[in-house]
Amino acid sequence: MAEIAAVIASTHHPFYYKASTSTGAERPPFADVWQTKIEAFRETLTVAEPDVLLLVGSDHFHQFWLDNMPQFLVGHAEQYDANWYNEEREFGLPRMHMQGDRDLSGHILRGGLDTGFDLAFSNELRLDHSVTCPIITLRPQNDLPVVPVYTNIFAPPLPQPKRFVQLGQALRDLVESWPSDKRVAIIGTGHLSLELGGPRQFGPHGPDPEFDAKAVEWIRTGDIERCLGEVTIENLLEPGNATQGFMDFMLMMGVAGEGVTADYFDNLDLFHTMEAYFTWYPGGDPRPAVAAAAAALPEQAAAVAAQEV
Amino acid sequence: MSRYLVNKFLYTVDRHPDLVERYREDPRGTVAWWEAEEANRLLNCVSQERSTWLAFADDEREALATHDYPRLFELGAHPFLTLTLFIALFERDHEQPLGFQLEYAQRLSGYSLPYPDITT
Repeated sequence: MAEIAAVIASTHHPFYYKASTSTGAERPPFADVWQTKIEAFRETLTVAEPDVLLLVGSDHFHQFWLDNMPQFLVGHAEQYDANWYNEEREFGLPRMHMQGDRDLSGHILRGGLDTGFDLAFSNELRLDHSVTCPIITLRPQNDLPVVPVYTNIFAPPLPQPKRFVQLGQALRDLVESWPSDKRVAIIGTGHLSLELGGPRQFGPHGPDPEFDAKAVEWIRTGDIERCLGEVTIENLLEPGNATQGFMDFMLMMGVAGEGVTADYFDNLDLFHTMEAYFTWYPGGDPRPAVAAAAAALPEQAAAVAAQEV
Repeated sequence: MSRYLVNKFLYTVDRHPDLVERYREDPRGTVAWWEAEEANRLLNCVSQERSTWLAFADDEREALATHDYPRLFELGAHPFLTLTLFIALFERDHEQPLGFQLEYAQRLSGYSLPYPDITT
């Protein structure tokens, strides 16, 4: 069966691409520290050596619209084009293209339908920045096949928070029951407190730092019980009118498991919203072995050099 | 109330570069044309298949025709759609980074929780 190489939860900030690629006077003052943190976060995926990426995000009214809105949808395509004209226009995001993995898509769809999730599907799906941001930050070489899962955190009526957690638990079980020898990283992006198109938008930090501190702690420690006890669809609007995107973090808590502390955590207080990065290694943390191997390399090189002499 | 239709206007204009420019230059004319020709177009169907019943309420039409985004907020237009389109329309007129976004927040500063319902 497939192995889960890593579980990763992250905010997705469409401005990262522009900030990290800009130079000179164009480069914002926070770009260097942001880029350093992203590169450290990226390493947590690299060392997990994934073969396939299961990507959880949410379409921002790009392909899905109010005349036909899926609550939970799985991409079931051979390939995916990605990013849209208005994301190019507003964020400077590049057009992208990814390979799919129809076998894993089909397994998740069939398994989801058989275990209580009536998942929608799409055979021709153009992805947006909720899914391409983590490719840009975590796997910029964009060399792995992906399976996208979209959730509706955007167009009410929305599914209950509990349902997001349950879908996360189901996705983990489904990946672990996929008859394949591949290593799958499950990566989901959401938001902490966030306001878009409201009076609290684009402040010096996220609209509700107290919520952010609490939310980060729930995620970091895997405290699903407390999180579900405090969060409702309605009260998520209080920290910011787009904070329902936090439910994608709750989905990822479901993937990571109740009470499981993240193996890696970092965050960054930016204008407009807080960035937060989490990695879990369900099969054990590969970093000590990777670090030991790296440390051994100079010794081996020295030994080889001594032999040659 | 036709919150869905207001959102449909914002959505279909936002995704079309020519319409973004047309709406910036001639908001009232664009809204009138759009309501007559586009409002009842089913987005995923051939043009012969149309709805027959969609129309703006007067206050919605007026808010769109005057680029009145605080009023659109009050009417429950989806804030993400309004913000995205209005950034495309007016960010270019501001020299400071985020100048328009901050003015936008300021113009909405009279609103407090709970915000208008955006359910469609």
